[in-house]
Amino acid sequence: MIPEIGHFALILALALAACQGILPLIGAQRNDSTMMSVARNAAYGQFVFVALSFGCLIWAFLQDDFSVLYVANHSQLSLPTGYKVSAVWSAHEGSLLMWILILAAWTMAVARFSKSIPEKLIARVIGVLGLLSVGFLLFALLTSNPFERLIPAALDGADLNPLLQDPGLAIHPPLLYIGYVGFSVAFAFAIAAMIGGDLDQKWARWTRPWTTVAWLFLTIGIALGSWWAYYELGWGGWWFWDAVENASFMPWLVGTALIHSLAVTERRGLFTSWTLLLAISAFSLSLLGTFLVRSGIIVSVHAFATDPTRGFFILAFLAIVVVGALILYAWRAPALDSTVGFSPLSRETFLLLNNVLLVVATTVVLMGTLSPLIIEMMTGGKISIGPPWFEVAFLVPMIPLIFLLGLGMHTAWRKQDKERWFSVLRIPAIVAILLGVVIPVLFYGRVTILIVVGCVAAVWIFVTSLIQPVRSWRRKDGAAAITRSALGMSIAHFGMGCFVLGATVVSAFGVESDRGIRIGETLNVAGFEFELRELRQVEGPNYTAIEAQVEVRSDGEFVATMRPQKRQYLVQKNWMTEAAIHPTWSGDLFVALGDQLGDGAWSVRIQSKPMIRFIWLGAFIMAFGGLISVTDRRYRESTK
Amino acid sequence: MKPRQQRMLAVGLAIVGIAIAAGLTFRAFNENMMFFIEISDVVAGDYPKDRTFRIGGLVVDQSIERQEGSLEVEFRVTDTQCQLKVHYEGVLPDLFREGQGVVAHGVMAADGIFEADKILAKHDENYMAPEVADSLAKHVEDQTASLRENVTGCAPE
Repeated sequence: MIPEIGHFALILALALAACQGILPLIGAQRNDSTMMSVARNAAYGQFVFVALSFGCLIWAFLQDDFSVLYVANHSQLSLPTGYKVSAVWSAHEGSLLMWILILAAWTMAVARFSKSIPEKLIARVIGVLGLLSVGFLLFALLTSNPFERLIPAALDGADLNPLLQDPGLAIHPPLLYIGYVGFSVAFAFAIAAMIGGDLDQKWARWTRPWTTVAWLFLTIGIALGSWWAYYELGWGGWWFWDAVENASFMPWLVGTALIHSLAVTERRGLFTSWTLLLAISAFSLSLLGTFLVRSGIIVSVHAFATDPTRGFFILAFLAIVVVGALILYAWRAPALDSTVGFSPLSRETFLLLNNVLLVVATTVVLMGTLSPLIIEMMTGGKISIGPPWFEVAFLVPMIPLIFLLGLGMHTAWRKQDKERWFSVLRIPAIVAILLGVVIPVLFYGRVTILIVVGCVAAVWIFVTSLIQPVRSWRRKDGAAAITRSALGMSIAHFGMGCFVLGATVVSAFGVESDRGIRIGETLNVAGFEFELRELRQVEGPNYTAIEAQVEVRSDGEFVATMRPQKRQYLVQKNWMTEAAIHPTWSGDLFVALGDQLGDGAWSVRIQSKPMIRFIWLGAFIMAFGGLISVTDRRYRESTK
Repeated sequence: MKPRQQRMLAVGLAIVGIAIAAGLTFRAFNENMMFFIEISDVVAGDYPKDRTFRIGGLVVDQSIERQEGSLEVEFRVTDTQCQLKVHYEGVLPDLFREGQGVVAHGVMAADGIFEADKILAKHDENYMAPEVADSLAKHVEDQTASLRENVTGCAPE
């Protein structure tokens, strides 16, 4: 009964979404405020029904209702309760429902926090979001109904994939989706403004906070995914250039470009048509990402089981969205001619460069991701592109981007005075070059060009992003304080510096070693001694495991006891590596237990990952910077 | 700057940027492009010499051999028609098992053994890499029979 209610609620949500998508758009065209006023209420109503449907699915999981096919395939009686809930979004049908729920939640938020935005614009924004929702609801109802029954019901479920039984992965998809789907708001604002032709600086101001919030969630989502892959997949890497990772990274890159170009549009009324194009691209890339993940056409460790109908549906939806948006753009954009100019040495120029480089970086990732597909279509040959290629090609636009970032932050809008510019930036430049060379020599005793470039870049970003906050902090009362917006920017850039430092050091000085080990033996890796003390059997709630006790010493001094496990889950009978990680600020030690080599020996993978935490820490600081910047006064005034 | 100049600057920069990216892409691309070669083709000698490529198929039953206490392992992989011996040194992935689909990256050594530097098994047991599935579907006649010894119908080495 409950699953049918869920299914029915989803159909009602579709009906409401259709009202929300059609009536306000017609109303805005005809200047009919009765029709436009449908927008908000339809959005609230749609959210209620989608949430009800989502609740029903959670209920089915908690009740172990194995007469629901989706539950039977992804849950099991002895699965811990928390994972029964997260199993809801562990596979295609449920995660699609969550996508719809998040879209409805964003729409509701837009409806609620938009009182100062003109009625017509907001009616169109909510209308466009309604149309997107119709697309996804149809997708769910026609191809991937999570409430499909299994008759006769199963006695027990097939269990949740053990890799997904992890707190990191339970919260990673929701955050990622909040980010992905959040770009639909920027997209809807762009479409709505193009329909109405009211593209001005105010429009950019209204769009900005929504875009930043979506971006910050996407940042956290990607960082958590990377962290999960690091400790759970047992490989010890933090980024694999896998198609699915790239699918989430491309919207992030374009979203980052969008945030920066919105800044120009808001402050100076420039780059408007470019900003529109980025808003369209960011959401289209989110859809493309979904298509790649769902259709299974690309080889990926993440790929869901394939289903051609689903892939076809998403592709058709993507085509409608992209083609429709671009036609509208082609029609409207030529009218957006700006007469304002700027000097070559101005913040506008640096933000332009930022955008060009980020778009180049996105193109690189896109080409690497899609080329296996294109080559297969053209020649029939099956190829894959190795991570080394991505690493090289991606650094080409990224290295200049990082250095320009520090310059751009200290350049004024319109025109920057050269003398002042040099006097502000001279000292940071000297400090960056000195420390960038000294740090690797002092701590790690080895330098290459790439290490120096990375460390100089990191220090350069640290120093340049601290100048403004430190100055405003030391300033006496009465002087103008730093705005939240500028503070947020400084924090986010500081986070970028952390990331660059972490990525540089771990790529250069990380050590990985696969070895065989017996009880009582000691291995020397990266200046540490790893002794295998004992192996024992341990029991988990739904698995049994072999646990090794590895004592780590440095020059004979005790450092830590690490306990890597090899788990066997009771239902699926799969073996799973549960790596042991000893985290410190200066770096992680990582031990994963492999398989039995015979003769009492086990294979182990031992790694030392210096500064790896700075990668994720940097991402979280970036997201925090985004959060600070959306609390800026001018957005509050405009959203109340 | 006048708007016209601005546009020219923007377009110019974009072209330069894209040209650099494209140039690098095509240069580095060839070096990092790895072909997937079906095992029957590898056995027939039809594979890229002196460069890494990928193979994939099912691990043949009872074919896993390792030296006691060493990380070195040898096993055979089949597309259900032909079999290829693979040598690898390192920690095998969790889902590596006899009868399970695998993908390996590596080069052909002179002795006709595939020298793998990376072994991938997927993290969902129901999922098989599409290229492996294709290759199997093409060669399958009797999967269970061919997983055992004595494969018939394979081109001579």
